[in-house]
Amino acid sequence: MTEPFRDKVDVSMTVNGEPVEARVPAGQHMIDFLRLELGLTGAHASCEHGVCGACTIRVDGDAVRGCLMLAAQADGAEVWTVEGLTDTNTIDDLQDAFIARNALQCGFCTPGMLVAAEELLSKGGVPSRAEIREHLSGNYCRCTGYEAIIDAVESVAQDRAGKVTA
Amino acid sequence: MKASAGGYARAESVGHALELLAAAEGQGRVLAGGQSLIAAMNMRLSVGDLLVDISKISDLSGVAVGDGALRIGALTRHAQVGSDPLVNVHTPLLRDAVSHIAHAAIRNRGTIGGALAHADPAAEFPACALALGAILHVDGANGARSVAAEDFFEDVFTTALNEGELLTSITVPVAENGEVQVLEEVARRSGDYALVGLCLVKRSAGHRIALFSVGPKPILAKGAMAALDAGDLDAAVESLSAEIDPPSDTQASAAYRRHLAGVLLRRAVARLKGDVA
Repeated sequence: MTEPFRDKVDVSMTVNGEPVEARVPAGQHMIDFLRLELGLTGAHASCEHGVCGACTIRVDGDAVRGCLMLAAQADGAEVWTVEGLTDTNTIDDLQDAFIARNALQCGFCTPGMLVAAEELLSKGGVPSRAEIREHLSGNYCRCTGYEAIIDAVESVAQDRAGKVTA
Repeated sequence: MKASAGGYARAESVGHALELLAAAEGQGRVLAGGQSLIAAMNMRLSVGDLLVDISKISDLSGVAVGDGALRIGALTRHAQVGSDPLVNVHTPLLRDAVSHIAHAAIRNRGTIGGALAHADPAAEFPACALALGAILHVDGANGARSVAAEDFFEDVFTTALNEGELLTSITVPVAENGEVQVLEEVARRSGDYALVGLCLVKRSAGHRIALFSVGPKPILAKGAMAALDAGDLDAAVESLSAEIDPPSDTQASAAYRRHLAGVLLRRAVARLKGDVA
């Protein structure tokens, strides 16, 4: 191999608030790193070309495709997965609404769906159903037909806005 | 599938990136936002690349205005382009293009320089660059140079970038008083690649029309531009139809794409005149 290029890369990041140091294969994407090395199996590796959204995680405040980011690129990053958002009670209301509205069936898309929805909700206000649909357009669900997911996200947005004004 | 990278190196600066590309001896591949490259790697369409990760070079990101032009750093992410106040005022076409590019999570990582250098013929930004008359700024071992958008896009995924060169920024003339910029596209679902897309810019010097997803590279429809300048929309649509040679694929037939191009031109002209919201 040409000298400056490494097939293993040292990275240092925080994952769900905890510092992580690791040596990762050059071509390993974030989802394989999180699942195989850290045991965080919430985000799923599915299509692995950015179409399905099941791998959605939060990196430096943005929802991103975990399959389209190399672990080597996460050096210095702040990474959150559905596990961390759950443990910090960040998305309790969203998870409760998903259950109440039957917004999941098999659950495969749900971790990515939650991270994507939380990004929209964190902007504040009450997005329209069309805006919710557009924001989640990159997340496939093969069970629900989406309507119940839109219901859940909309109801949380309304509840959170109500709490702010109350 | 799983990616097979030949190696990885993180560039600390543009100079360092150029050194790394030279050291890669033709195997180098610039990694920016990675939203096309890592997908291609995962599908093993791209194997064994020596990755030069430029994504941490902070001075390649950001938007500034000066000398009548807007300069956008190559690493400026789609989401930043879409929300940047200078882009909003000076090149609204780029702002409007962002909402059509893939999905929110991809717009959070993908970069404008990456999209231009990748030169996907179905992508929005290359056609926008053509319609706006953008200049692409390139750095390389033999020094920096600038390439007009009309000379930059050569074929499918092929540009005027030479081996070892790096796209660093683009400059776009700021919109003049009364300039109107319109983007129209048809896609089967939100975030899908356009079946056909069209950018229309109206300046005091005349109209500029660029199309994407109608061939191996984005094109300027010069005949249609001249017809619009003469005020003849029907002639412009007819000319447009003759100027493009769109492909047939599982998404749409060539005849349908040709038809759509005319429809989009009529819609864009209607928006120019303020007939449609």
